[in-house]
Amino acid sequence: MDWITIVIIAVKVVVVFAVLLTGCAWMTWLERKLVARIQTRLGPMNAGFQGLLQPIADMIKLLLKEDISPKHVDKMIYALAPLAAFIPATLSIAVVPFGSSVELFGRHIDLVISNLNIGILYVLAVTSLGVYAIAMAGWSSNSKYSLLGGIRSAAQMISYEIGLGLSIVVVVLLSGTVNLVEMVNQQSSILQWNVFANPVAFLIYFICAVAETNRNPFDLPEAESELVAGYFTEYSSMKFGMFFVGEYANMITVGAIATTLFFGGWQGPFLPPVLWFVIKVAAFMVFYIWTRGTLPRFRYDQLMNFGWKVLLPVAVLNVLVTALIKLW
Amino acid sequence: MDDITESVNGQLISTDSGFDTQEFFVNMGPQHPSTHGVCRLLLTMDGEVVKACQPHIGYLHRAIEKISENRTYAQIIPLTDRFEYLMSMACNWVFCLGVEKIAQVEIPERAEHIRVIMVELNRIASHLVWLATFALDLGAITPFLYCLREREYIMDLFESTCGQRLLYNYIRVGGVSRDLPVGFEKKCREFLDYFTPLIDDYEDLLTNNPIFLSRTKNIGILPRELAINYGVSGPVLRGSGLKWDLRKDDTYGFYDKFDFDIPTGTVGDTWDRYIVRIREMREAVKIVRQALDGLPEGEFRAKIRPSFKPAVGECYTRIESARGEMGAYIISDGTAKPTRVKLRGSSYNHIMVLPEIVDGLKIADLVAIFASFDAIMPEVDR
Repeated sequence: MDWITIVIIAVKVVVVFAVLLTGCAWMTWLERKLVARIQTRLGPMNAGFQGLLQPIADMIKLLLKEDISPKHVDKMIYALAPLAAFIPATLSIAVVPFGSSVELFGRHIDLVISNLNIGILYVLAVTSLGVYAIAMAGWSSNSKYSLLGGIRSAAQMISYEIGLGLSIVVVVLLSGTVNLVEMVNQQSSILQWNVFANPVAFLIYFICAVAETNRNPFDLPEAESELVAGYFTEYSSMKFGMFFVGEYANMITVGAIATTLFFGGWQGPFLPPVLWFVIKVAAFMVFYIWTRGTLPRFRYDQLMNFGWKVLLPVAVLNVLVTALIKLW
Repeated sequence: MDDITESVNGQLISTDSGFDTQEFFVNMGPQHPSTHGVCRLLLTMDGEVVKACQPHIGYLHRAIEKISENRTYAQIIPLTDRFEYLMSMACNWVFCLGVEKIAQVEIPERAEHIRVIMVELNRIASHLVWLATFALDLGAITPFLYCLREREYIMDLFESTCGQRLLYNYIRVGGVSRDLPVGFEKKCREFLDYFTPLIDDYEDLLTNNPIFLSRTKNIGILPRELAINYGVSGPVLRGSGLKWDLRKDDTYGFYDKFDFDIPTGTVGDTWDRYIVRIREMREAVKIVRQALDGLPEGEFRAKIRPSFKPAVGECYTRIESARGEMGAYIISDGTAKPTRVKLRGSSYNHIMVLPEIVDGLKIADLVAIFASFDAIMPEVDR
């Protein structure tokens, strides 16, 4: 590996990371604007045109807030939890291809940070780390609301991860590979999209993804009417900001993976591949926000029942049927 | 009570699995997003399950009743505003009704109509606030904004009438403080026409939503007998299936001249309490329309001196507020100030019945049930 390759990789990492973080920031803007639109409000209007600079103002505010560590917390774990939430959320974007390869100065550059041959396994492994952050935050805060939030969240994420995994198994069966780049290449036309090949898998994936990211109607860990703010009740300043960014990064990642697995990734006519990728991911984000503006929240045990008694059997059945069809 | 608050953790529970679990206490309130004011619920929890619930009140005591003993009757009316701030018109009315009964004041017909219009509009406003916060407690954030948007129209109507948006001091002994402003009738009709289809919108968002149903159907069933034993009244009692509405059963004002239905529930669960209030809003619209149709010309207030002295006597008057039976017991010794004023709010009974029905439910259900009772704290503590 010569030094230029290393530079290229470094540039890709920096660019993707920066875009992801910026995406998170303006995702909050989009969310506030869209929810405001649903609720006949204006949303942020003062910072910049249509409040476009609001994320920057928010970021400055968060950075300048006093960082309070309550006396009763377990200092070490308490400080580590925000990092544990933030890092895994950003890691899995590394294997998602966001465009085809480009020729630059006679070099062939893949528009993916790492073309990993076990891409989807890596994604599953990394995303499942997120639950540790929540358990750590809930436990180390040494507060009852945080603890309840942490327990809820851990239980929820673990149970929905199974459904998520099984829906991905279907995609793996369909495409016969675990490499995300190859998966995208197989879905070159709209008719070959996996979402049409197996819509049930997509539905399961989507429901599980919403639950994984703790979004409405599965936002129990943060149910403010019951638990004040759930596992990050005791957090302030940038520690809180890390959870916040981590959550949005998770949403974008989940959307990006859904795009890759089910909607043909960056492929699309006329527009440049990267733009197609962004449009598809953004569509997911809008759907997230839309549900948030519309639906009430599940109850904890109902959520678990739904996960174990409905989603899991359907997902298993789906895998079996797909496998049988494949075999036959 | 004290030993509960002082100990940190509850008793050990041995389970079959060999692990010992422990009950723990959660102080829900007095500062908590969903206790709607400064109510403190001391919860004994076993994980997510509520084992016991003990309401603590008294954080909002303002001694309205005691202060009233040193004020003239006209000066007490603004105090009653603070009694139940979401339905101040009713508080004014129940107090004036008592004084009028003792002093035997004849009320002009126009004033009676205006009172009904105002109180029913206020009932809609109060139910809107309830629906907004109830939906918010269930995690649906959008109805909150919709409901407060419509409430704003009612507030504007009130502002144009009496200059106030929350604490009106409008209904006075012998009538109302001033006549309806020019164009009120038209604006009010406009509002009613605008508002009626919007109730369907709220229902579209909630009534048949599967998540909403799973959160409210058969949750927090308040049996009719229990409700009666605890003196529960208003939409909560009607949700439990008893057709008891003071506007019909112990009528006052001009309510006997208007045609409206009393919606009731069947099981007494959270959903029943919800649908009763939604239907009550529709009925309130009906009543306001009729009152506007029959609005006569004439005086809006009987001639009474500000510091009048009613006869010696005492009486209890009660009216149907948005939450239930609201009562005022007034003892007059013939001077310009009452000897004793006792105000009765229904929220107290609603909070006290809560521990009876939450046993074994999840904390999320507790929040939903508490919200569906629509208890507000100033009414409890006075």
